[in-house]
Amino acid sequence: MTAYIIRRLWQMIPTLLGVILLVFILFNWIGGDPAYVLAGKISSAEQIENIRRQLGVDQPYYVQLWIFIKQVLTADFGASWSTNEAVSHIMATRLGPSLTVLIPLLILSTIIAIGLALGVAYVRGSLTDRMVMIVCTVGLSISILVYIIVFQYFFAYKLGWFPVQGWGDSFWQNLIVYASLPILIGLVVSIAPDLRLFRTFVLDEINQDYVRTARAKGLSENRIMWVHVLRNASIPIITHVMAQLPGLLIGAFLIERFFSIPGIGREVILAVERSDFPVIKAITVYVAVATMIFTLLADLMYKAVDPRVQLK
Amino acid sequence: MPYDVPHAVSPSLWVLAWKRLLADRVAMVSLAIVAAFLLMMLLSGTGLIAKDWSREVGVNYAPPSFAGADAESAAPAPAAPAAGAPSSDASGEIPVVDPLADALAAIRGEAPKATSTEPSAAEGQSVDPLADVMADIKAKGTKADAVEARRSTLPFGGDKWGRDVLKKTIKGSETSIFVGLAAAVVATFLGTVFGAMSGYYGRWLDDIFNWFYSVFTSIPYLLLILAVAAVLQQKGTLTIILILGLTGWTGVFRLIRGEYLKHKGREYVQAADAIGASNVRRMFVHIFPNISHVVLVQLSILTVAFIKSEVILSFLGFGVPVDVVSWGSMLNEAQNELILGKWWQLAAAGTAMALLVTAFSLFTDALRDALDPKLK
Repeated sequence: MTAYIIRRLWQMIPTLLGVILLVFILFNWIGGDPAYVLAGKISSAEQIENIRRQLGVDQPYYVQLWIFIKQVLTADFGASWSTNEAVSHIMATRLGPSLTVLIPLLILSTIIAIGLALGVAYVRGSLTDRMVMIVCTVGLSISILVYIIVFQYFFAYKLGWFPVQGWGDSFWQNLIVYASLPILIGLVVSIAPDLRLFRTFVLDEINQDYVRTARAKGLSENRIMWVHVLRNASIPIITHVMAQLPGLLIGAFLIERFFSIPGIGREVILAVERSDFPVIKAITVYVAVATMIFTLLADLMYKAVDPRVQLK
Repeated sequence: MPYDVPHAVSPSLWVLAWKRLLADRVAMVSLAIVAAFLLMMLLSGTGLIAKDWSREVGVNYAPPSFAGADAESAAPAPAAPAAGAPSSDASGEIPVVDPLADALAAIRGEAPKATSTEPSAAEGQSVDPLADVMADIKAKGTKADAVEARRSTLPFGGDKWGRDVLKKTIKGSETSIFVGLAAAVVATFLGTVFGAMSGYYGRWLDDIFNWFYSVFTSIPYLLLILAVAAVLQQKGTLTIILILGLTGWTGVFRLIRGEYLKHKGREYVQAADAIGASNVRRMFVHIFPNISHVVLVQLSILTVAFIKSEVILSFLGFGVPVDVVSWGSMLNEAQNELILGKWWQLAAAGTAMALLVTAFSLFTDALRDALDPKLK
């Protein structure tokens, strides 16, 4: 086990180097001279000169690359080009609001999707099953933008059930008042694909021999579905949910933008709008590292829920 | 003569798949819808329909005909502040010439950034911070030209400048579908070639492509797209196609690599080797037809995914340029219009997209089942 983890961590190094190289090629090579990028965005020539010196623009590319690698290793990406806020500070302060929305969203959508998937798979082929699947397919086809625009207009602006947008300082106020409509929209958007996927996972299990055995033993249908089938179906479900985690951080950026939630996703959009390269670079590298670690965790979790799995 | 032996020609994979598709009613209906959208794209692209989408034929925010003209629509543009420019009272009736429309479009390009940070306008006040500027421009531009009659209603309503939403939706469909299809072709091509080389040659080439794959998949897709969009400053339809295509090949790559691994050791490939077929010939003449159904299904899946991505990118203003209309840019305008109660542009763009994506997804599922009946 330890040997496996060490080997996996070791294998991350070339991938991380690749990510660094990709980001470097994008922003330092294709992106070009910051003086050119920032023309018209920052007026102070002195500040631009400062940024150029930090990046080592006038030096050969391998020196610039080394500067960037040092930034990644020391987790010090310097300051934002447009607000002068330290990038590490941006990351630290924006993570909280993002997680306030995303963690409840992930937990709720997983629980609801699992419950619905078990129910729909149990009555597979029936009218209910087909109706739910049709609603899912159509629901999936509507742009997330339409959901956000309509829900925000209807529930917040028209009916006034929720604040239209905003964010406070108190965690509970944020969670209950400001995050509830974003979470609701997130649920509507994420349950449909999850339900479709989880349904196939459950269907793979529901015809297995052990289900028939459990039924022959005289177990209740509830126990069969919620204990026997769910435990086996949870293996692919856990893998799926774990693999989704890092993407979620970015995935909710539209919601964060519409509701002015000061999270990572909104920061990405602002940074792209302002050509704020240090912020995008930092977020890309950090999220890539998070993705690699979560992939490893997903594999370990896989082993934990299913002892038959051999880690190679 | 050996040719006299009676034999039946067995139908090819494609004929069999087509027959299975014909028997599937859902597949045929969705295929018809997809074909209608594609035809619309072609007609609009060649300028046969919706050519004059940017002409301002109706009054500002002309309501849809079935909803009937309301008294409000004849009133000044709702965005114009009452106390702003004195002449703005008349702006509802005054037509705006086309050169001016370009100027407005240029301004509108800046508008999303300014307006969308605060889409609330909770008190129902003026939502458009550029209303003053626009009123000024309209006042200046309208002195010179003649007044032409503008319709009070349009079939699907009009937008802020009185342009026909129906024509705009057709034009937007053209952009969105074209970008989705073209980007899917780029991504599928890259994924197929990379996957074929990786799976067929193996060894160090495989290692390199797998390294590429792990690098690209460790960055969440949307983040990767946004990062590339941030770097490529000049906007254009070609840029967005390249962004989506160059970042989206990973899924196809993994599948095609697996297929080539599976096929390269089969007898028919060995036979091709024995008759002296070159590597490239074996890869693309012998193996490729046997896996082309996987490629086709992937192309279909990616088209839907890229249409969705394009809409989001254009909505954020990182997609197509401002003088090109797409579903994304329509939704962007609709976001502010909804607060004024002008729902038709949102409904038109949203419905068109939902219809196409639903039909395309259902067709993709049916196509996969028809091409690979074992899956079912």
